[in-house]
Amino acid sequence: MLKPNNLFYFVFQSTLKMSDKDYLKDISEIKNLMNKSSRFISLSGLSGVLAGIYALIGAAIAYWLVMTYSNGTLYIFHGRVFWACMAVLMMIAILSAVTGIILTTRKAKKTGDKMWDNSSKRLLLNFLIPLTVGGVYCLIILSQGTYGQTGGLMLIFYGLALVCASKYSIGDIQYLGYIQIILGLIASYYPGYGFWLWAIGFGVMHIIYGTWMHFKYDVNK
Amino acid sequence: MSIITNINKLFDHRIRLGIMSVLMVNEYADFKMLKELLGATDGNLASHTKALEKADYILVEKQFIGRKPNTRYSATKLGKLEFKKHIEALEKLINKT
Repeated sequence: MLKPNNLFYFVFQSTLKMSDKDYLKDISEIKNLMNKSSRFISLSGLSGVLAGIYALIGAAIAYWLVMTYSNGTLYIFHGRVFWACMAVLMMIAILSAVTGIILTTRKAKKTGDKMWDNSSKRLLLNFLIPLTVGGVYCLIILSQGTYGQTGGLMLIFYGLALVCASKYSIGDIQYLGYIQIILGLIASYYPGYGFWLWAIGFGVMHIIYGTWMHFKYDVNK
Repeated sequence: MSIITNINKLFDHRIRLGIMSVLMVNEYADFKMLKELLGATDGNLASHTKALEKADYILVEKQFIGRKPNTRYSATKLGKLEFKKHIEALEKLINKT
């Protein structure tokens, strides 16, 4: 490979070899800066697990409420039971959000990242737009008395929100999003299973995903 | 020798490489954001942005947000192209050995 008569080439090659490590460092720093400046990566995996547990507990409470006070028919709500279930749903949402904020702040502090910067703002905005539209739409549907589709709709809009947000955070979130969308579509086709698919999507999937993220990103660091 | 033709001398510095990296994935970045991300001093960052601006690799816009002056930077088409070439050259260099 080396031409001995070309001294310049030889000298050049050897200086290049010496600085290879620097170039490698350059590239890894470029990658790091690109991620740090455009993505918020301090989301805590553990908060996903807890959100899943809240969802399962909430689902169990709702199930018990409907079974004992609503003639045992899971899909026909009566006034008071309906509002109780809505309250449970709100509690799950609030608890999950609060847990997420607390654990993510803690993780951001540990890794020395800023909690409230451009990347987290963008992440939140892109997550909240589909989610808010979906939430309002679900409320409209509920006010019209068509309960059957709400489980599926919640899953679909939540999935879309995750896919949207994944561009501004750890890319893995999109897979959770796709799973939620698929579950949501199945739930729309079989409204009778809406409740169970909701429990799988918001409960079981969150726990699996959160555990996976916890071990992939949180534990090693 | 052909592999080094695309290595761009202008990018041969940690801070400049950093500025371009941030601007490749963000539409805009202001002075404060760059400073925090790169951990550079005011003067240091200013001189490097000036060098990149001179080469037309980045666009500098000065404006006021309320009463505060704000300088924001964005990568030009030329800057993005040159940066891509530079990265590809770096990758080739590393893969060669």
